[in-house]
Amino acid sequence: MSYQGKKNIPKITSDRLLIKGGRIVNDDQSFHADIYLEDGVIKQIGDNLIVPGGVKTIEANGKMVIPGGIDIHTHFQMPYRGTTTVDDFAQGSKAALAGGTTMIVDHVIPEPGSSLMEAYDQWRQWADEKACCDYSLHVDITHWNDSIKQEVDNLIKEKGVNSFQVYMAYKDYYQMSNSELYEIFTFLAERGGIVQVHAENGEIIAEEQARMLQMGITGPEGHVLSRPEELEAEAVFRAITIASQTNCPLYVTRVMSKSAADIISQARKRGNVVFGEPITASLGTDGTHYWSKNWAKAASFVTSPPLSPDPTTPDYLNTLLSSGDLSVTGSAHCTFSVSQKAIGKDDFTQIPEGVNGVEERMTLIWDKAVTTGKMDENMFVAVTSTNAAKILNLYPRKGRIAVGSDADLVIWDTDSLRTITAKTHNSVAEYNVFEGMELRGAPLVVICQGKIVLEDGNMHVTSGVGRFIPCAPYPDYAYKRVKARKQLAVLRAVPRGMYDGPVSEFSMSRGGTPSASARTSPTKQPVRNLHQSGFSLAGNPASGHGLLRKPI
Amino acid sequence: MHPSAKAFCNIQLTYPSMVVTENWQQTSERLLIKGGRVVNDDQSFFADVYIEDGLIKQVGENLVVPGGVKVIEVNGHMVIPGGIDVNTCLMKPYLGTNPVDDFLQGTKAALAGGTTMIIDHVTPQPGDSLLDAFECWQEAADKKACCDYSLHVDIPQWNETVKDELELLVHEKGINSFQVYMAYKDVYQMSDSELYEAFSFLKQLGAVVLVHAENGDLIAQEQRKILGMGITGPEGHPLSRPEELEAEAVFRAITLGNRVNCPVYITKVMSKSAADTITQARRKGSVVFGEPITASLATDGSHYWSKNWAKAAAYVTSPPLSPDPTTPDHLHTLLACGDLQVVGSAHCTYSTSQKAIGKDDFTLIPEGTNGVEERMGFVWDKAVAMGKMDENQFVAVTSTNAAKIFNLYPRKGRIAVGSDADIVIWDPNSVKTISAKNQQSASEYNIFEGLECRGGPVLVLSQGQVVYEEGKLQVQQGTGRFIPRKHFPDHAYQRVMFRNQGKEAVTRGMYDGPVYDVVPTPKYITPAPSAKSSPTSHQPPPIRNLHQSNFSLSGAQTDDNVPRRSGHRIVGPPGGRSNITSLG
Repeated sequence: MSYQGKKNIPKITSDRLLIKGGRIVNDDQSFHADIYLEDGVIKQIGDNLIVPGGVKTIEANGKMVIPGGIDIHTHFQMPYRGTTTVDDFAQGSKAALAGGTTMIVDHVIPEPGSSLMEAYDQWRQWADEKACCDYSLHVDITHWNDSIKQEVDNLIKEKGVNSFQVYMAYKDYYQMSNSELYEIFTFLAERGGIVQVHAENGEIIAEEQARMLQMGITGPEGHVLSRPEELEAEAVFRAITIASQTNCPLYVTRVMSKSAADIISQARKRGNVVFGEPITASLGTDGTHYWSKNWAKAASFVTSPPLSPDPTTPDYLNTLLSSGDLSVTGSAHCTFSVSQKAIGKDDFTQIPEGVNGVEERMTLIWDKAVTTGKMDENMFVAVTSTNAAKILNLYPRKGRIAVGSDADLVIWDTDSLRTITAKTHNSVAEYNVFEGMELRGAPLVVICQGKIVLEDGNMHVTSGVGRFIPCAPYPDYAYKRVKARKQLAVLRAVPRGMYDGPVSEFSMSRGGTPSASARTSPTKQPVRNLHQSGFSLAGNPASGHGLLRKPI
Repeated sequence: MHPSAKAFCNIQLTYPSMVVTENWQQTSERLLIKGGRVVNDDQSFFADVYIEDGLIKQVGENLVVPGGVKVIEVNGHMVIPGGIDVNTCLMKPYLGTNPVDDFLQGTKAALAGGTTMIIDHVTPQPGDSLLDAFECWQEAADKKACCDYSLHVDIPQWNETVKDELELLVHEKGINSFQVYMAYKDVYQMSDSELYEAFSFLKQLGAVVLVHAENGDLIAQEQRKILGMGITGPEGHPLSRPEELEAEAVFRAITLGNRVNCPVYITKVMSKSAADTITQARRKGSVVFGEPITASLATDGSHYWSKNWAKAAAYVTSPPLSPDPTTPDHLHTLLACGDLQVVGSAHCTYSTSQKAIGKDDFTLIPEGTNGVEERMGFVWDKAVAMGKMDENQFVAVTSTNAAKIFNLYPRKGRIAVGSDADIVIWDPNSVKTISAKNQQSASEYNIFEGLECRGGPVLVLSQGQVVYEEGKLQVQQGTGRFIPRKHFPDHAYQRVMFRNQGKEAVTRGMYDGPVYDVVPTPKYITPAPSAKSSPTSHQPPPIRNLHQSNFSLSGAQTDDNVPRRSGHRIVGPPGGRSNITSLG
């Protein structure tokens, strides 16, 4: 590192940076070029750039320069039964930056019954105070009614939120019925939102939990026993079905098992618009630890859906990530201390759920997918950054090294080797679920908003500099296909003569149940309406005789 | 009865070699089928079959039989176990009207098609007693049925009284199969929790769970949407029930079955995707059975778009026929390779005037298609004659597998000594054109109208009596017997029994470290899943527990020598908390 000018004071020039001799790696190509940054934005890319004097220069020496990572799934400072997760926005975003992630997308979780807007404001306030890197927010829809509709509408139109999570688990709490899911999907599809689902069958889980406790299984192993992976796969299948019916793009958060990933990849092969998000934990470790004799260690792995006890799962998920069947990676970073986890020491259903992973995410994918030859460096950029930016409609501002993009960059050292341990990680949690793993690849320099935040192993972060990045609705990446299909999916009635034959006598009121008919008959009264002609020509009969089926 | 005799006589003429000796009426108790090729599900062999008192007494060559028995010379034709149709609805009421084919008409049609036993669905309404409904069905069938029958009982809703009745039905009434519904929202539909309970309970009883698999919630939404678009005709039926809703429910039912470790039987497999879901689950080891029906095996859903309302309405059944015309072929392939096991008919016929109840609203059209008579013929025509399936597999899917799953084997579904004398002489070469004009069923429309079908029965024996011969039925109503079925059929339950191994808790030292103190509000007292990761903003602050003080993490940690980072409050710190003020 050297300063080109002699008189310049670093403070003044910190807004201007030249990265020299790096190999720029985007999701589509890699090339050698210098990058000039000013005011937090990439101003020039190319060889022999003409830059003002006195610019601080970073010699990349042929190392990879990649767009900063986007962790699309975090839970920093999440309230939980009177306490909060131990990593707040400051600690969490610091850990993110240390791992090469320059933007996080956190989940706003309103209490069922409370206002989404208030929760959103609360989260904004927390994050604006403390975040060290740019952030966006997902809002979780924890209950559904007309006033929520209005709030969702406002959030999309005015607050820069385009993604909403719904839950298929947590019975009697967050869980939505199929009908509600259908309505939410329809509603969001009309407004260009992304539906994220927590996919697990909550009803069966409730039954299984009761059964496990009754069998005397109260430890963390009960968590995974009561939430077997097929319940995840089932819910993913159902969510895809509903999304397909409503022609709505679907985003499955936390893909934890092979079977769930398979369902997503099968659906994509059939043409469904669905994105899968494996998390650091599912890509890096497995659920065998739930049987650890050390309660605190076992409990630290508790998250939902649980890690699969099948030890071949991480490898499999990395393969699907490499092939493009899974699209983005998050961390679902949600850390509780041992004493918080111990709320459930006598009952696994009470253990607060969440694992760490925001710091390890990029390194882990490099180690498990790129060094093993599954994935190339461009795909690495795609799954750690670009695809997330596309889905959230932040591209090309984020997720790409291009003129005009935000100056969130990482110089990636492919050779560094380090051992993950709770001793040295930036999270406050006592346990690290990746404890002891040796991982290759790490950020050498991290630049966030045009400023160096990690250099020579030292972090220089400032709380509160993180900006909220609004996400616009109708991201092309998800909605282009959906829009095209909408035009094809016009259903038409068959024009046919009125049936004027005899009609059997029938009674609708049988034992008080109005539709003994069994026919799910919606409200419509079966009384003959003699005024209504059953005959009407809809559409063009000449072309309307064929089967007008919805595209997949 | 329809004038079917004429058409059948023509077919009969091609078999001049078949001779039936005179005086059959006197000797009807004793019968010898001579020179036939006995086809069971496992092998085919040439043998004579001697029948007495409705039972098969001898199978073999050169049998020693009493004099004066009626001899049927079949000259090398196939002798197969009579078909078992596992799914009929001959009495399913709809808004106060009953199907046009009752137990008499329906069983006549069955026998004319080579089916010698039916299993009908008892369909009580929500709130009705299962037991009463069962007795009502049994009474009607005993009066009218011309062939042996058994009954499935549908469970319209789940509650405590139902449990007692189920127990009674299984242990005293000889019922071992019950249907649950995932569709028909607010009427028959059960939630996942109820299904879980029902599956668990039925498994204990050793019963087979039949599932009507469609996602009722989504159907209700789609129906509203379709009606809102002004689509009121029968085409709205398949549009509001796309096949992925069937596949979704099948997937869910199988998941439930796996969790409970309970065999699952999917009735009416109508689409490729549902069938594929079953196939995949079987590959993974799930105990699941799939039942395509005559309609899904022989026709498709393109007819819903027919300009003739009455014709379109005749095809309305649930799940609907798939508009994809390659569906029947695909289902036959799966049937041939064993991924689907049993063929039913779901025969439930309503007249056009009954169907017209829904003339202005497709959701009110009574559901059901014909197929009991055509069932075996179409499997032969589309699977065996096409080279997909051999004759033994034909016997398996039309008869033997059903007998095994529902615990009727080997009394039914096999030609063996001691089995019931329900036997069909099958002619693989007969050709007939299906038409409502010459069918046994009383319905005006036949959904297979105009289709040519190769293969059919020449002669049908039920309980050792010739009931169909040379295109003529000789039946007597009320001769059908109720066949009770025992619980825990081996075919479904043997594997399940082996899988019934318990899970064990990990024996580990008690966690005695610090615990973040949560004041339990009533909401959190029960071990409900709702308690998980629940952020409550209005929770009272935790009360310090001053009695709990010992701290030790079992197992060495890499950071043991590092002091705990703060950022959270430790209620019981290492070494205990000394707080003098609390003593005062």
